[in-house]
Amino acid sequence: MDVIGALILLAGTVFLLLGSLGLLRMPDAYNRIQAGTKAATLGTLLTLLGAAILMPAWWAKLLLIGLFLLFTNPLSSQVLARAAHRSGAALAPQTGVDHLAEDREDLS
Amino acid sequence: MVEIILTLAAVCVGLAFLLALYRFVIGPQTVDRVIGFDVLTIISITGIVLAALLAQRVVYLDVALVYALLSFLGVIVVARYLEGGQ
Amino acid sequence: MNERKSSGNRSQAEAIDARRAFLLFATLLLFWILLNGSLAFGTLTAGAVAAGAITFLFKDSLSVFSGYRIMPASLVASVRFVAFFFRELVRANLQLARLVLTPSLPIRPAIVRVHTGLKSPVGRLLLANAITLTPGTLSVEIKGEWLYVHWVSAEAGAEVATARIAAGFERYLEVMYG
Repeated sequence: MDVIGALILLAGTVFLLLGSLGLLRMPDAYNRIQAGTKAATLGTLLTLLGAAILMPAWWAKLLLIGLFLLFTNPLSSQVLARAAHRSGAALAPQTGVDHLAEDREDLS
Repeated sequence: MVEIILTLAAVCVGLAFLLALYRFVIGPQTVDRVIGFDVLTIISITGIVLAALLAQRVVYLDVALVYALLSFLGVIVVARYLEGGQ
Repeated sequence: MNERKSSGNRSQAEAIDARRAFLLFATLLLFWILLNGSLAFGTLTAGAVAAGAITFLFKDSLSVFSGYRIMPASLVASVRFVAFFFRELVRANLQLARLVLTPSLPIRPAIVRVHTGLKSPVGRLLLANAITLTPGTLSVEIKGEWLYVHWVSAEAGAEVATARIAAGFERYLEVMYG
């Protein structure tokens, strides 16, 4: 059982590593946010799950941290994406349409 | 066995931290640095949980929780500032 | 539709608000208990006072339960929503892992409009959050009934964006919040 918990934890950290790699490789701010947050969220949740299997007595606090991250991670990445667009962060050259920029005048 | 796997996990966390730190340092724009910072803090939370496991001390989890709260607030404030600053 | 709400309707609305307030109170108290890991009388009293104060002070601000329809169908929809969400989160990460490990980095990003039929602000917020954590999509802006979504592989074209991105979650959120 302990080995299973440790393996789940390891899988979580591997996702974190892949997310960081994506953060480095992606060409613009939006793609970086995508790589960073998704991998970081699942990575941390798996790590917490693994820790809960290794240390069953800690489940309540681990659950709280997990719930907190589950709500705040997408919020902060969304706020960051909005800030990126509003402050005019460049889109990667291979980007297709940008409906938000098209509609920007009507919105404000 | 468990010790070995946990050590491997710690190595992954360390590498992830370095990669995110590199993005934080090179930018190129402020937004990219903030994204790097956001990911850095999430990786640190995983690091703290690992430290709690290795040291067998539950108190570290409280540290992780408060750290998560503060980093979330920090990112929101900086993002607001970026929007207003343009 | 009705210019004047009848008093019966009003007391009904108040009863629903009271039930939502109780739901918020119970959730806060549960979090408090999880945080402390104890059911001692002093701990519980302090938690109940704090949760009560928060529920009372913020009764007019948005919470996850604002607009939540308290009925069995929305409970079922909530559970399905969470299950669907986790499945999508895992899929998102596998897709991302494949993308990041491909040397040529085959991305075709775009920012597309997505229309939502959801009326409730909390429903829209949850939809935006869910979209952010699902395969290849990231909410950039919410303006009324339009979401602007950054899509990593937009090869399917912008026309089908709404169906592809939002519909999966909307069918649950519609039941939960309307």
